[in-house]
Amino acid sequence: MFSVVFEQYNYAVVIILMMTGLYVVFASRNLIKKLVGLSIFQTSVFLLYITIGKVAGGQPPIIVDSHGGDHASLEPVLVAAAGGKDAAGYAGASDVLYSNPLPHVLILTAIVVGVATLAIGLSLVVRIREVYGTIEEDGINALDYRYNLEGTED
Amino acid sequence: MDILSLFPAWLLEQGPAFVIVLPLLMGAITAILPSRTSAWWVSLIVTLLCTVTAFGLLLQVYSEGTSVYTMGGWDPPHGISLVIDALSAPVLFLIAAMAVVTIIYAMPATIAEIEPKKRAPFYAAFLLCFAGLMGMVVTGDAFNVFVFLEVSSISTYALVAMGAARDRRALAAAYNYLILGSIGATFFVIGLGFMFMETGTLNMADMSNILADLDGGSRVAKVGFGFIIIGLGLKLAMFPLHTWLPGAYAYAPTKVTVFLASTATKAALYLLFRFTFTVFDPSFDYVMIVLKYLLIGVGVVGMIFASLQAIFQTDARRILAYSSVAQVGYMLLGLGLATAAGIAAGYLHLLNHAIIKGGLFLAMGAFWYRFGITRVDDFNGLSKTMPWTMGAFMISGLSLIGVPFTAGFVSKVNLTVAAADKGWWWAVAVIVVTSVLAIIYIGRILLAAYFGSPPQIDGEVAERNEAPLMMLVPMWALALLSIAIGSNVFGLGDDFVMASERAAALLLGSGG
Repeated sequence: MFSVVFEQYNYAVVIILMMTGLYVVFASRNLIKKLVGLSIFQTSVFLLYITIGKVAGGQPPIIVDSHGGDHASLEPVLVAAAGGKDAAGYAGASDVLYSNPLPHVLILTAIVVGVATLAIGLSLVVRIREVYGTIEEDGINALDYRYNLEGTED
Repeated sequence: MDILSLFPAWLLEQGPAFVIVLPLLMGAITAILPSRTSAWWVSLIVTLLCTVTAFGLLLQVYSEGTSVYTMGGWDPPHGISLVIDALSAPVLFLIAAMAVVTIIYAMPATIAEIEPKKRAPFYAAFLLCFAGLMGMVVTGDAFNVFVFLEVSSISTYALVAMGAARDRRALAAAYNYLILGSIGATFFVIGLGFMFMETGTLNMADMSNILADLDGGSRVAKVGFGFIIIGLGLKLAMFPLHTWLPGAYAYAPTKVTVFLASTATKAALYLLFRFTFTVFDPSFDYVMIVLKYLLIGVGVVGMIFASLQAIFQTDARRILAYSSVAQVGYMLLGLGLATAAGIAAGYLHLLNHAIIKGGLFLAMGAFWYRFGITRVDDFNGLSKTMPWTMGAFMISGLSLIGVPFTAGFVSKVNLTVAAADKGWWWAVAVIVVTSVLAIIYIGRILLAAYFGSPPQIDGEVAERNEAPLMMLVPMWALALLSIAIGSNVFGLGDDFVMASERAAALLLGSGG
């Protein structure tokens, strides 16, 4: 049983990070810590994509023709590169562990998205600190509760 | 078709890219414009152009069928494709038209709600959000969906937070939305990762073909499907993943609420339709299980619980927000029926509800604009102080309940018939009961407004103080549209039913 975990330790790392991040988001009451958890959660997804970007016996998808040409002849190359269902059966397959560039590119995009989310989140926390004077969720809830009852701020 | 020939050929040809690129570019430019008036004009022109284009694309779909636009000339599945079909075109037009309505209304509302130096950035964020939603609907590439989902979400967080000038709780609401929205988007992208692992492609049509060949795929595809459903469920406020919604709707600036309520959750619902029926297929047993037990289950429970919660709210905007969660239940019920009639009814309710809820939140914003009120207790005598606004609110409210000759009636009747056809009488009962609950929560507001007496301010009875024309026009346009659909004026009702039936036919036709 343990050998499965050790052979595919990359997935274990992904799962541990994913669960840690998600737990921190839900369990902590501090707004900054929640964002830390969210970042860890998102990072685990980056690792997941990088992991699946490794294709045993793949080949670089170099297209010789200019685009708009006959793509059909290139189909096996592209499928092999993407690690699709036919990858193993492709005649030109080598025994190298090849990195498919597509997941890496996807993750570049996802990293940018993650940075933007974190930036917005942190700036919201700054504004919350300015207005409420606290970044603890319980404190904010208490202030809002009092506001609902009395209709006044502070 | 005659109207179609009025559109220039290049516009229809490049339309799918145009509706994304234009607001995206102009959003960046709007951010640096010196005055808010110019930012407003730019936003209005951009949204109008997109609406015209979306209308042209809609007509084109109905006369010539599905069109696929290849970005940069790279053919799918390796290039990114934009797909305009009977499912995406009506939602695309709906989002663009609601953006125009919101922008017209935003002119007076922004002056009241947003401080001068933040007004140009507000319009910039609005256009970015708009571009993201349009992108989510037209794209045929699954990872592209994630990118556009985040483009629209991140700008939405900023838009919601701008309500802080009016009510500081907007900040906490925006923060909650950010946390849950990001988790939703991340779940979605995890699901896509599994789908990529299974199929080796990101193009939706290609993914669908490969999955069909694999007969639904292995456990990896099942896990991916689960992650995608939960991710989208968070975005579309599927009960019980709706907890971000009431706060975000109640404390965002009024026009942001209008736009969010009528488009953001609808775009996510559109994706749910797209993924469950075209990328995956109900013929796979795991998809059918999710439809039959999960979506119908949470849909029905959500309809009842959210309606009950709406009854006990003191803030009128929270009433409408909980009502939105309940209405999502109707759409999920229609989707879960998985029959042509059921899907068509769910899709029709998606379109109608956008119009109804847009109208209601527009009126709600006008009440705040004139009197600064959102609590039901403060609504006493509003029919005397703001008769036209209250009139529009009443029409949209009756439509939400599902009174005959309104849009809400048409979609609820279709949904009831679809459920009865399948022999699900308990579902019919739930639809009737939740409609009664809707009478109670909308009735509370109407009772206070029509039978309460106007409040005394310093001993003087409050005087008539109608909303400005730029607020009344969009509000009445939506209210009258709702009646026109319900009473089939100019054949509009038939058009809407036809649109939903074509969408359902498309969903069931592919791969089934």
